[in-house]
Amino acid sequence: MKGKNLQIDSQGRLRHFLSISGLNRQLLTEILDTAESFAGITEQTVKKVPLLRGKTIVNLFFEASTRTRTTFELAAKRLSADVLNINITQSSASKGETLLDTLRNIEAMHVDMFVVRHAESGAAHFIASHVEPHTSVINAGDGRHSHPTQAMLDMFTIRRVKGPDFGRLRVAIVGDVLHSRVARSQIHALNLLNTGEVRIVAPKTLIPAFAESLGVKVFHDLRAGIQDVDVIIMLRLQHERMKGALLPSEHEYYELFGLTEKKIDQASPDAIVMHPGPINRGVEMDSEVADGPRSVILQQVTHGIAVRMAVMSMAMRSKQEGDG
Amino acid sequence: MATGSRGKQLRIRIHGGRVIDPANGIDAITDVYLAKGRIAGLGSAPDGFTADEEIDAAGCVVCPGLVDLAAAMREPGQEQKATIATETRAAASGGITTLCCLPDTSPVIDTPAVAELIRLRAAHTGKARVVTLGALTRNLDGEHLSEMAALRKAGCVGVSNAHRPMLNNLVLRRALEYAATFNLTVYLLPNDHALANEGCAHEGQVATRIGLPAIPEAAETAAVAHLLAVIEQVGVRAHFCRLTTGRAARMIARARYDGAPVTADVAIPYLYLSENDLSDFDSQCHVIPPLRTIEDRQQLRAALQSGTIQAICSDHQPHEPDAKMGPFPATEPGISGLDSLLPLSLRLVEEQVLDLPGLIRCLTIAPARILGLPYGSLSVGASADICIFNTDMTWMLDNSNLRSQGHNTPFAGWEMRGRVVHTLLEGRVVYSLRS
Repeated sequence: MKGKNLQIDSQGRLRHFLSISGLNRQLLTEILDTAESFAGITEQTVKKVPLLRGKTIVNLFFEASTRTRTTFELAAKRLSADVLNINITQSSASKGETLLDTLRNIEAMHVDMFVVRHAESGAAHFIASHVEPHTSVINAGDGRHSHPTQAMLDMFTIRRVKGPDFGRLRVAIVGDVLHSRVARSQIHALNLLNTGEVRIVAPKTLIPAFAESLGVKVFHDLRAGIQDVDVIIMLRLQHERMKGALLPSEHEYYELFGLTEKKIDQASPDAIVMHPGPINRGVEMDSEVADGPRSVILQQVTHGIAVRMAVMSMAMRSKQEGDG
Repeated sequence: MATGSRGKQLRIRIHGGRVIDPANGIDAITDVYLAKGRIAGLGSAPDGFTADEEIDAAGCVVCPGLVDLAAAMREPGQEQKATIATETRAAASGGITTLCCLPDTSPVIDTPAVAELIRLRAAHTGKARVVTLGALTRNLDGEHLSEMAALRKAGCVGVSNAHRPMLNNLVLRRALEYAATFNLTVYLLPNDHALANEGCAHEGQVATRIGLPAIPEAAETAAVAHLLAVIEQVGVRAHFCRLTTGRAARMIARARYDGAPVTADVAIPYLYLSENDLSDFDSQCHVIPPLRTIEDRQQLRAALQSGTIQAICSDHQPHEPDAKMGPFPATEPGISGLDSLLPLSLRLVEEQVLDLPGLIRCLTIAPARILGLPYGSLSVGASADICIFNTDMTWMLDNSNLRSQGHNTPFAGWEMRGRVVHTLLEGRVVYSLRS
């Protein structure tokens, strides 16, 4: 398994979608282009295509989620697949069944694709390296590692609003990068798409060690960090960060790193504001900003469906035409 | 001492081998004579010696049986992973004749009864000598002193709190003082548990990229610093187990220079692997303390050369397959190391880190001296614990030839050079390679 890229089949096509790193610009662009073709469908009155008719997709969520699970479910249904939602936090894990046993049992029901969310980094890789050859795995978030469909819907949103040339863009990601699988995936995606400049902005307690090695510039001051940027991506601040001596209070965090209309003046005049949701209003950003003209937060949610349709259909196509 | 009297202790002549005995500065092609379980002589036969058996060691190295400072037997308590019987057999096939196990068994080695149980099990198998470290605190709770005098009487060669934290520096000081009262060496695994923060990978570029909860270098160095401060205050003899960072090695070097009674070891995986081996979430590389950077690996090798680190151990931690089946952070840490200790160590000679006598020193007399045991040498009168290995034989480590019950090793598929041909414990052949 070592050194082998699980995600790509022998013909360079998407086999599983586990992380952004390990993919190339061509594949990311293909995902965005495919999503573009599906975006039209989701705006029609009949929102279904028969691409995955007869296929069974299982949403295997070991961690609670509403938005991500719902958009994955909608995406699968719009591709005409049969969808099963399994919430393991309330199921077999509490009975002591191992992850592999859970997987084998569901697999025995002849599943074509797993959409997996798990609290441990590397869970999607683990599952992908143990499924039957005819099964694809889509990572819907694993620990602090990766949330690649979120990153791709963000790229999709940026491309729709700002155009396809990422090279002229400055993007700032603000908040808890240390614990964020979303930020890691966004950084990898932005760099693969040759974004002009990627910045991260947070106090040192929320920045991972050797962050520059990810290909970002690190800022500890919000105003400086968002100066002249075209895209501001705000991250959700979990309440439990106050407990681990990472921050003194939500109040001070808001004062220093909360995004307000006033602070946005530093950014480029047509800068957009993004957030993976759910928002803590009054902690990472003001309602004025979240609901304001620069906000594309709800578009991100809509785009999530098209991007997930794209990834699912691509992974399924790889094995249909697959290696035999 | 721990091996009982089964099997006949024949008079044996081992002839034609390259005899390397760093304790006595010997490196020569010569013969070794064994009688009554002891070394009877080197070179020419002792007066009146007639061999019952001859071992042809031509083309092989003949050295003292290896002494491994850290091997978990998993017994008592975790027999699904391994047992004393399976692991002492694996040790014998790896040329290891003395194994030291930490007190973190279940129950903990905090009473003479548990120490005695382990001794008896090993003696019953008779394949390798097993010595124990007693618990520094009762049930390793980090708070209440164990009955160290009783543990010493029961044969424990030192005391340790294994991987468990001490409640505070006052308890640490008292425990070290009490251990020093009985002249017990304290074995310390330097780890600041709060700083480690339940991480599973080195806090570096790899953990940052793939989002693994990380353990900073300071988890080791901060622990070494405060342990050294207390050790120097108390004056206890202390051994630092499993250093993983170059910075910690430099701190130990400085303390030794200043006269502190401290020694240190390194486990063999840390001399070959690094944080980079985690990029694919390979759970076989999940170890605690974590694999550090390439620079740390280089500095640990340099510390071996300079003598700051005196001993190399396997840090053997066998697991059942399920323990390694899961997302990386959820798997159990540890590598099964008895099978690969000698062949991996021999690579250090190939890579010119150490010469062969220097390496054998790190695997025999140096750890024996740390343990305060009269093994690891071929001195006349010493226990006839001998490892005979072929330096040129190459083989591939894989599931079919692993002798340990734990098959959890990232070195499967590595080509190994050097293979044990015979192992003798107290003058008895406990392992011979089938040709």
